[in-house]
Amino acid sequence: MAAMKKIVAGIAVIAVVAAAGAGIWAWRTVDTARNAGADDTVALAAFTSTDEAAIARGEYVMRTADCAACHTQGAGEFAGGYEIHTDFGTLVSSNITPDPETGIGAMTERAFFDAVRNGQGSEGLLYPAMPYTAYAKLTDQDMHDLWAYMSTVEPVSNEIDETAGMAFPYNQRLAMLGWNMLYFDKAAFDGDAEGDDRGRYLVDAGGHCSSCHTPRNGLGAEIAENYLQGAKVDGWYAPEITSNPHVGLGESSAEEVAEYLGTGTDGKAMASGPMAEAVAHSLQYLSDDDLLAMSSYLKSVPGSGVTAPAKADLGSPAMTRAALRYEVNCSACHGTRGDGMGDLVPAFDGNHALLSDDPTDLVRVMLTGARAAHTEAKPTGGGMPSFAWKFDDAQIAEVLTYIRNAWSNAGTPVEPATVAAARATLDAREKLAEGY
Amino acid sequence: MATNKKADVVVVGLGWAGSLMAEELTRAGLNVVAIDRGPWMDTSTHTPPAVDPDELRWGIRKELFSPPKDNTLTFRNRPDQTAAPQRDFGIFELGGGVGGAGFHWAGMAWRFDPYDFEIRSKTIERYGLGKAEDGELQLQDWGITYDELEPYYDRFERIAGISGKAGNIKGEIQPGGNPFEGPRSRDYPTPELKTLRSMEVFNEATARMGYNPFTIPVANLSQPYVNPLGVSMGACTYCGFCLGFGCGNYSKSSPQACIFPVLMRRPNFSVITESCVIKVNKAEDGKTVTGVTYVDKQGREQVQEGDVVCVTAFQVDSTRLMLTSGIGQPYDHRTQEGTVGRNFSFQTISGTDMWIEGEQMNPFIGAGGLGSQIDDFNADNFDHSDLDFIHGAGMLTLARDGAPISKANKLPEGSPRWGAGFKKAYRDHYQTYTTIFNQGSSMPIKAGYLDLDPNYKDKFGVPLLRITYDYSQSDRNMAKYLMDRAVEVAQEMGAQHITPFNFADKPFTTAIIASDHVIGGTPMGADPKTSVVNPWLQSWDCHNLFVVSASVFPMNSGYNPTGTVGALAIRAAQAIVQDYIPNPGPLVEA
Repeated sequence: MAAMKKIVAGIAVIAVVAAAGAGIWAWRTVDTARNAGADDTVALAAFTSTDEAAIARGEYVMRTADCAACHTQGAGEFAGGYEIHTDFGTLVSSNITPDPETGIGAMTERAFFDAVRNGQGSEGLLYPAMPYTAYAKLTDQDMHDLWAYMSTVEPVSNEIDETAGMAFPYNQRLAMLGWNMLYFDKAAFDGDAEGDDRGRYLVDAGGHCSSCHTPRNGLGAEIAENYLQGAKVDGWYAPEITSNPHVGLGESSAEEVAEYLGTGTDGKAMASGPMAEAVAHSLQYLSDDDLLAMSSYLKSVPGSGVTAPAKADLGSPAMTRAALRYEVNCSACHGTRGDGMGDLVPAFDGNHALLSDDPTDLVRVMLTGARAAHTEAKPTGGGMPSFAWKFDDAQIAEVLTYIRNAWSNAGTPVEPATVAAARATLDAREKLAEGY
Repeated sequence: MATNKKADVVVVGLGWAGSLMAEELTRAGLNVVAIDRGPWMDTSTHTPPAVDPDELRWGIRKELFSPPKDNTLTFRNRPDQTAAPQRDFGIFELGGGVGGAGFHWAGMAWRFDPYDFEIRSKTIERYGLGKAEDGELQLQDWGITYDELEPYYDRFERIAGISGKAGNIKGEIQPGGNPFEGPRSRDYPTPELKTLRSMEVFNEATARMGYNPFTIPVANLSQPYVNPLGVSMGACTYCGFCLGFGCGNYSKSSPQACIFPVLMRRPNFSVITESCVIKVNKAEDGKTVTGVTYVDKQGREQVQEGDVVCVTAFQVDSTRLMLTSGIGQPYDHRTQEGTVGRNFSFQTISGTDMWIEGEQMNPFIGAGGLGSQIDDFNADNFDHSDLDFIHGAGMLTLARDGAPISKANKLPEGSPRWGAGFKKAYRDHYQTYTTIFNQGSSMPIKAGYLDLDPNYKDKFGVPLLRITYDYSQSDRNMAKYLMDRAVEVAQEMGAQHITPFNFADKPFTTAIIASDHVIGGTPMGADPKTSVVNPWLQSWDCHNLFVVSASVFPMNSGYNPTGTVGALAIRAAQAIVQDYIPNPGPLVEA
């Protein structure tokens, strides 16, 4: 939710815009006439769909949009309570069960559409932590189906105060109006969501991939010309997922990318951190056809111009040390040839997810360890241990530079200072003393 | 005392048996609560590859084991002696956490021989009644045959990914495998491990002698593998740090590596850790059980009720729980009446250490279960007509590890034991040392049994278990015979220094670790007069109680027990799902 920090940081500035722009511009921003097809008479609590086909489709839409990931946290399915931490306070996800008092039971279908597609909730404007900026692209049919599904969810009474953890002025929902005026494109999806444009639809609407994988400007808005070209998110780096062959998906087949999305790994790269959650909660439930449509689309997206740098000199003293350190500490799992271990341990050789110029993820995993996704198809969820206690900053930097340049790889060197900074930020322990 | 929400099935002990059963039961939709006295332990958090395999910490101080201060017992050789408590690990290498001993085991993954399951019938059939009833032995059949258990051995091997080479597929002998093994439905899921130098020397010598060497089937995987539950495992790196260690790279089969990734995610499964079950609670009519009482982490007594209780603890603990719960009639060695506690057996170990000048065994390359074996002197694979014993031993050489601390004592007789002379001897002989280990069978005796000690109690005030046992004369004769054969093999291997050993030429003791494979106490069988559980491992006394542990073995074979425990666990769990739950009651009429 680093994106949130930028978004909220911009609020103070934008609040002025919001106040000044209370004219036609603001009216256009809040206009939801597009949702007129939704029923505005029956509240969710009073309605339970019996259209089994629509309910099943709606559940699928829920999976594509990954609603459960943020709206389920201990109190019951969709009962809210998931905390999103920012420097400006803590947002808590809402209860979206049909409970009339504490959930969304009082909402009509129209109000539901307004919230999901336009960011206008029952308690005021939503924060873009809720990715209505992407859900705006959801089709009417998918929204009707999602509504049918939500009507079958078990109501749970769980009072949530979403902004209690947000200090003034960040707790002022109206401020989001200004941000929406500047950056919210509420237009409908402009292609054939069920046909030729299915992949783009899934990526841009429910999948909201760009929320993490597209870099944002100073006010937290996605930079269109860098669409899906990689971005820092909440202490991780969401890598480039375009056709770029060096750091993107250019060298992977659409089938491999689809397998990764649906299971957590294609036998080479492996989802971890927030991506492991996206796979486990959402992507593993998608059909093979949809996954293939998404991966085919991603592979068609124009990439950044990042190209492979010259390979590091593996004969240097630093790389010789690193090669030995790799053999002693890493090769038992990752292989002496960097070929990993099937679906259990990621490979390094030819794994382009390692090669981004931004090594945030590699450094983080070395310092804190990581856990692979647990999916129905590949349930192991293997673990990578932390090496913070065992290696100093220079040693971690060297071994990472080594794996980015050994075998067929070529990547920019990792600097010890980068590791030192991450060690501080992540509060990872120092290396144990030696020579006692 | 608090009472938890009732479960469909309560599992006592989450080792191999408990987790295999819990997997079967939860997959069938039953709500299962497992209770384990140890803490949660997992590969990636407790024994990752980032942590050095420290022999002092894991191998010598045995940090993964349950310490004697928490779990011990008393021991004597004969009923006329007073038993004393075992105060060090000795032969007991109990699991210290979830996963049980399956987390730190070496990994030999055998099936028992068809002869074992019908040992009384087949001994009488071939040699006459006198061979089976010599006045001392207490032989009985298991109530099942090898063929009945075969599909469950197969399932266990699939789940654990066992590496080996079949010797007998559906009756057809396979070159390179063990020609004496019972017929298998198919080969092992992964190929056998590589042949290391000590194995090579052993294989060549035994082949020259007309024997049939083969690579021991192991839970140290030869290649990456995905088991039927969808769980991925890695390939063994031959680091050799297996016995006493957790495996950091997911290549040693364990409940953690093979089952927990799936089991722990099931909403109908939960485990209560650091909680020790002290009693299985009987219903008022005494014909069923209602659940268990346990002492939780804070020392409070709690009750976990369940429709079915599965006691899946280690052998001594399963037996003790039956005794402390008052289920079944305790065994009386004077009359041989009663069943709970009978047929305790150990293993009868002999063999020889040897040093072959000029060899480079490179023992630092190894795997926990790896070695070569001949079964020419195991089970009833050789004629015992003119021999004064039954059964035999698996004669094996190990390629397990090069652990420098524990190997320091492995020097030829006459080597200096301190100073520069010791250092030189160790330097000279580290590479030349190897061993032949006869993993000998062990037959129960009428005077060998388990009961509750009248003098010693544990920290909860529960009486300790008492072992009364010594080797039978048959076992002693077998060990001597096998030791002599091992010396012949060592000579053929070209050893200049040969130091034979025979643990059975002295009284049995729990203090010296010849083997850690103890069995019996709640034997299975078709006759309720001589068994505690029926062939489905269901208590004859309380039909909703199942005991699944090496305590159900009525005798011990010349193999490691884990494969057989695993197969029995899967078979019992499937019987609960398919037969017991739809129609609760005795699965076999007494």
